[in-house]
Amino acid sequence: MAAARIPVSKTYKLFIGGQFPRTESGRFLPLHDGQGRLLANVCRASRKDFRNAVVAARKAFPGWASASAYLRGQILYRIAEMLESRRDGFVEELTLQGAARRAARSEVETSIDRLIHYAGWSDKYTQVFSTVNPVSSPHFNFSIPEPTGVVALIAPPDTGLLGLVSNLAPALVGGNTVVALASERAPLSAVSLAEVIHASDVPAGVVNLLTGRAEELAGHFASHMDVNALVHCGDDALSAGLQTAAAENLKRLVLRTGRDWSGDDAQDPYLILDTQEIKTTWHPVGG
Amino acid sequence: MARSDTRTRSDTPTRRAPANPLAFQEGWSYAPAPESTDHVAVRERYGLFIGGDFTDPAQGGAFQTLNPATGRPLATVAEASEEDVARAVAAARKAFKGPWGRMKPRERAKYVYRIGRMLQERAREFAVLESLDGGKPIRESRDVDVPLAAAHFFYYAGWADKLEYAFPGRTPRPLGVAAQVIPWNFPLLMAAWKLAPALACGNTVVLKPAETTPLTALRLAELIRDADLPPGVVNVLPGAGATGAALVRHPGVDKVAFTGSTAVGRGIMKALAGTPKRYTLELGGKAANVVFEDAALDQAVEGIVNGIFFNQGHVCCAGSRLLVQEGVADEVVEKLKRRMDTLIVGDPLDKNTDIGAINSAAQLETIERYLRIGREEGAEVYQSGQPLPGEGYWCRPTLFSGVSQSDRVVQEEIFGPVLAIQTFRTPDEALEKANNTPYGLSGGVWTDKGAKVFRMTRGIRAGVVWANTFNKFDPTAPFGGYKESGMGREGGLHGLAPYLTLEG
Amino acid sequence: MAAPAPPALPDLTRVTRVDEVGVTERAARFQARSVKKASKVAALRTVLSMIDLTTLEGQDTPGKVRQLCRKALHLHDALPGLPHVAAVCVYPTMVAVARRALAGTDVKVASVATAFPAGMSPLEVKLADTRRAVEAGADEVDMVISRGEFLRGEYGYVFDEIAAVKEVCGAAHLKVILETGELGSLDRVRQASVLAMHAGADFIKTSTGKIQPAATMPVVLVMLQAILDHYRETGRRVGMKPAGGISNAKLAIHYLVMLHETLGPPWMTPGLFRFGASSLANDVLMQLQKEATGRYQSPDYFSRD
Repeated sequence: MAAARIPVSKTYKLFIGGQFPRTESGRFLPLHDGQGRLLANVCRASRKDFRNAVVAARKAFPGWASASAYLRGQILYRIAEMLESRRDGFVEELTLQGAARRAARSEVETSIDRLIHYAGWSDKYTQVFSTVNPVSSPHFNFSIPEPTGVVALIAPPDTGLLGLVSNLAPALVGGNTVVALASERAPLSAVSLAEVIHASDVPAGVVNLLTGRAEELAGHFASHMDVNALVHCGDDALSAGLQTAAAENLKRLVLRTGRDWSGDDAQDPYLILDTQEIKTTWHPVGG
Repeated sequence: MARSDTRTRSDTPTRRAPANPLAFQEGWSYAPAPESTDHVAVRERYGLFIGGDFTDPAQGGAFQTLNPATGRPLATVAEASEEDVARAVAAARKAFKGPWGRMKPRERAKYVYRIGRMLQERAREFAVLESLDGGKPIRESRDVDVPLAAAHFFYYAGWADKLEYAFPGRTPRPLGVAAQVIPWNFPLLMAAWKLAPALACGNTVVLKPAETTPLTALRLAELIRDADLPPGVVNVLPGAGATGAALVRHPGVDKVAFTGSTAVGRGIMKALAGTPKRYTLELGGKAANVVFEDAALDQAVEGIVNGIFFNQGHVCCAGSRLLVQEGVADEVVEKLKRRMDTLIVGDPLDKNTDIGAINSAAQLETIERYLRIGREEGAEVYQSGQPLPGEGYWCRPTLFSGVSQSDRVVQEEIFGPVLAIQTFRTPDEALEKANNTPYGLSGGVWTDKGAKVFRMTRGIRAGVVWANTFNKFDPTAPFGGYKESGMGREGGLHGLAPYLTLEG
Repeated sequence: MAAPAPPALPDLTRVTRVDEVGVTERAARFQARSVKKASKVAALRTVLSMIDLTTLEGQDTPGKVRQLCRKALHLHDALPGLPHVAAVCVYPTMVAVARRALAGTDVKVASVATAFPAGMSPLEVKLADTRRAVEAGADEVDMVISRGEFLRGEYGYVFDEIAAVKEVCGAAHLKVILETGELGSLDRVRQASVLAMHAGADFIKTSTGKIQPAATMPVVLVMLQAILDHYRETGRRVGMKPAGGISNAKLAIHYLVMLHETLGPPWMTPGLFRFGASSLANDVLMQLQKEATGRYQSPDYFSRD
């Protein structure tokens, strides 16, 4: 009788600047399944990890912001493709973290479809939200959306994958770079999504994913002076404190707490617009 | 006495315009051409405009508004307290739940059109009052502030019954009561920027004008009363910072719109934390105006002048940092100095005045503090040599050259007719310098090369970028900042969003 | 001492660019100036002294030219102490008539030349035309440039032509007419101004008066700015003559404001600024009379020529 094969378990790390480092703090959070078995020791990211992630995101911003809309769409589509090819693994992982199998399957499929939805917006949202302004003077005048910059994202706590994807995709397709904090309850899918992103031609630093405690990190997300926007989908009790901290550099604060991300109404281009700035350009018309 | 002291300080320490063979002051000069003021009556006292009537403040507070060109009082104005704020918000709420909220959008539009029309009819009166109270040249209040204010009402009036076309896939609805706090640099125009979209979108308003410039907002309140708007749709509460703070904190307010300093804007964002109130902020700036060697230089010089000396430099989007390419730096600065010498500083009501009075003693002090800082930082200072009036608050057009990115006069908003000049060599360097600031309200670029125009206008991280022009405004063109220059847009289609909810 | 270097054709591709909208805005600012009372009277008198009183008609006769010269010297004797105009401007065949009529006065005789107004004649014809005008007593020659050659990029041809005419002029002052209404853009106006100044023009002039548009404030502003840059580079003061379309006093005062704020007092003299006009003088006179009497005036009280 052959001996049973011992499975190789995966180490769940952070994703910063295209690399998978462990947290510099050396801390971890044990994650258990419903039966109390250890699933993984997840990195408990520190504020320094966050700082490093912001540096990576800032560095990646000019390139990503100036990438063609077509390319950004292609890359989002590529993430969806890669996710599709690893669908079963993601379903399995969500199940391990406590989701019912059917719900897990639906969450993964909706996440894939959501990426496709936003991939398609890449070269359209600027058309929907731009204007040519008929000014009274002899000037050509137009207003277009541009990415806000580095976006910090506190992902929705109740879903491991869909909530993250639903908020990551609109920021990303709009040319922002993102530092996201995964759901504390179901962080494994975020790390696996990072692996998918890593394999999808997303330039290093454009997406950075941290796992850890929202309560510990949220304040740093809000107060960092080189973060341009904070999308908060976590605990609404944090919102007031986050707004106070965000005010320090007039950070855009987008509150999306307590929302259900499962329906078709949880996706639309106005979510892209939340992390865009409108720029108006004037030029004389003459000889 | 203090006034003449400050004036002398700004006079003494600089290198005066050299004995220029082409100096403007010699020979022919323009005789005084004062705008007639006999059709503009300034009342001795002004009350609060609440619920369609002028009323006395609950606690009897009052302050004086001065003519900054003389330093003498123009009128006594009631100061709104917390209690008055509560009354005004209640009046606004009542109007929102009542006639204004029930009104068909197309009817609402007619009221907003009516305000625009009446403003045109009384344009000269408003222009004179604006110059009297705020110190800006009559040429600007007459040709810019008032016509643009009227145009804003016209533009937004037309949106009232078309809002669903602005937001595809959504059903926009008004927010409720908007608290609007406006600054002293464009008192009437900022009132128009705030009121027009708010009203067109179906909100009611409590507006707080700045304490140094309340008169045109109060005159506008009279006009709105004459226009027969339902009581409480627009309420005007003069006052200082405390009034503004009470207003934005009032729990009956659904939306806050503020234009002013970044420091105050930051405070408002904090004050609103934990409330569901929406907010838009138009804050400070330190815009770079980038001149390349292939620019149309004579027009670029005009643009530099317009960029920093328009409205005494009391402009949040002023082009207060000149970045000029090294090859043409000397020529541009020479032309600039020459042009500065033709600027006429003086009586705001004289039709030939280019640069009027500094808005207040406090602002003059701020500017002069920066003039001292600039000198201490080793900047070379040039001021044009025009004579200044004997009383009131004045500052000559001023250049700081030989300054560095690390100097405070390069980094901080001065909000006066003071330009810091730096040079650059390559487009990348220009962009790096232009963006090396916490602000992001506006920027300028001057080049004859189309491709470079778009590279630069794309690269400058600011909400408004003027290419081969500067300080142009239009009701159809969105305006607002990146980064610490604020959030949200005013003007254009994008200026509707802050006054609507798109949920559900 | 080395002989002064002959004039050389400048590189017109390096001439500063012009933005039409910006120029138009700036020009409008001059028109927002309010010139009243004493400054208005001073301006009106200055305008009179800068006028090149002009008749350039196929129907011109010695009789007409003599009347014009009389008007040049006696603008409106009912108003004592008026200056006389700067010059009388006529066709070459009328120079001798004007010369005789103006003998012993300070009013200059200016003659158009070089196959005015189209300039579509061979160089030797243009030079002969010029020579004849000078020999007949012209103090000033108003030449036209070859616009066709300029527009097709034959800058050397235009440059040499101006230089040759200048040589024939001798002591006579040369005004070079760019005919800006045919140049198509303000960039071209600026380039032509630079070319003409380098080739030896004493004045640059907008128009023949035979083509619309003639002088406009934006066009003249561009030329004034070119003159200023030429002065900065060479130290030589070139004069400016807008011609055609300036028919009322108010507009003329706005030109003076523009001159004042662009080139300053040294140019505020008939030696460096002229108005080419036929009907401007009477409007200025009516305004002066109004300032003196407080009554608005009727043209019936002022001699046509």
